[in-house]
Amino acid sequence: MAPSSKQGNNHWVKLRKQVFRLTTFRGILSIIIFTVIWEICSWCEVPIIGNVPPPSAVLVALGKQLVSLAYWASWWNSFLRITIGFLIAQVLGIPLGLLMGVHRPTRELIYPVFEIMRPIPPLAWVPVAVIFWPTSELSIMFVTFLGAFFTVVLNIVGGATSIDTRYIRAAHSLGSSRGDIFWKIMLPATLPSIVVGMTVGMGITWAVVVAAEMISSLSGLGFLTWRAYVAGEYPLIVVGMMSIGIAGYVSSAMIRFIGGRMTPWLRTY
Amino acid sequence: MSTDKTNEPEARGCISIRNVSKVYDPDGAKVLAVDNCSMDIKAGEFCVVVGPSGCGKTTLLNAIAGFHEITSGEILLDGQQLCAPGKKTLPGSDRIVVFQNGALFPWFTVLENVSFGPVVQGGLSDKDIRDKAREMLVQMGLANIENSYPSEISSGMRRRVEIARAMMNDPSVLLLDEPFRAMDALTKTVVHQFLLDVYDRSKKTIFFITHDLEEAIFLGSKVYIMTTRPAKIKTILDVDIPRPRDFRVLSSSTYIRLKKECLEAVHEEAIKAFTAGEREMA
Repeated sequence: MAPSSKQGNNHWVKLRKQVFRLTTFRGILSIIIFTVIWEICSWCEVPIIGNVPPPSAVLVALGKQLVSLAYWASWWNSFLRITIGFLIAQVLGIPLGLLMGVHRPTRELIYPVFEIMRPIPPLAWVPVAVIFWPTSELSIMFVTFLGAFFTVVLNIVGGATSIDTRYIRAAHSLGSSRGDIFWKIMLPATLPSIVVGMTVGMGITWAVVVAAEMISSLSGLGFLTWRAYVAGEYPLIVVGMMSIGIAGYVSSAMIRFIGGRMTPWLRTY
Repeated sequence: MSTDKTNEPEARGCISIRNVSKVYDPDGAKVLAVDNCSMDIKAGEFCVVVGPSGCGKTTLLNAIAGFHEITSGEILLDGQQLCAPGKKTLPGSDRIVVFQNGALFPWFTVLENVSFGPVVQGGLSDKDIRDKAREMLVQMGLANIENSYPSEISSGMRRRVEIARAMMNDPSVLLLDEPFRAMDALTKTVVHQFLLDVYDRSKKTIFFITHDLEEAIFLGSKVYIMTTRPAKIKTILDVDIPRPRDFRVLSSSTYIRLKKECLEAVHEEAIKAFTAGEREMA
């Protein structure tokens, strides 16, 4: 709670305080120092680090990519795979997770299979996925889907089975029907777990899609990075890595935003 | 449905607990939680049950609320059988429970929480429910927090909102299971006063569980002191302190005398419970 005299200015004062802080300056300074050291290491050909292309070269390569349609097509392709794989994982995973969480027999029937499948890293599915699906596009989406699916389902089951009985009893006592219990108690009580599942799932999804693109695709940011390596265009490798980092960050920020909207009662001031 | 703002005591809310026993049988090891317990609670009575921790008070409350079955005996509400062996009336809005750690739904705002009962019970339009809930909040002095989430208000406020949520349903009985347990002494004095005001205004039957003696005497009309497990009624105290009561009661001679009587009865049980606990540990 920031003490402030005028109600109208409150928002701007808060924002200004947040932006112009010592922490912000230190953050910028940290990035500058990192870049400078990296540049110097490249010039002086320090062992190992010296092999990495210097920031100046990366910047030049980035400039070229930014005006290239192929670069943006890579973004588009990766995002498309992520979005489709991730969305299908939510559409199938959320209802399944809820059903398993609410209905014990279903949980006991399905859970063992999940426990067996879960420890298999999504990338280990790539060969099978390639055999399953007619196109490599579909197999990449499938692997992406798997990456998010298990996380989402298991999180929801965990959330739904750990709802405090007090809430259910209180709801019964206030005259709720079974439907009310589900829609007004179980579902909102599980939402935070759904959001956690989505956040973690999104992280896994990016890791999976990049690797899958390197293995079996001719497009996307993973492929761009891998091709740069094969072609010996080292600055482009770093551009690819940075792009993947930024893409992952943007996706997570989007999930965080949506998640925050879904669970307004968890806002912390 | 509701009989609004009548100051006369209501004729409903009379609870008879007749020879109730409850045996828990988790894994073959039978535990007698409540042993042949009988109570007669008049309509509109503020009844407080005191006993050592884990003595079976909550078991009794849960049976009235409809969360548990009982092993023998019967419980009647206004002459209707609520529980008997093999029979359990489902929880309903005529017997609202306020829980030990509070059970406001964190995902609903104060207004949505207070409206919850009428919303799920149906029969009223959204607007009517909202108006009624706002009126209730105003009456309870909680008007300016209707859009806050429970996590944004103090614990004392939360308890008050929960009592308001219960009162929205115009229940026959309010069942309070150590509702002020984890509160600091100052907050307690505020919520106590609040509950007394609500009681004086509505004259609902209140079944209040606590192990805080001072709270019991300050609030109750009748204090039932339970023995350690298996729970039986040990003593019944009539608290002949006139209402409306306020904090000055706490220094009156009647209060001090009752507290002394109460302490003596409870202390014996507390020691029994303590030694029993030590035996279980050994």
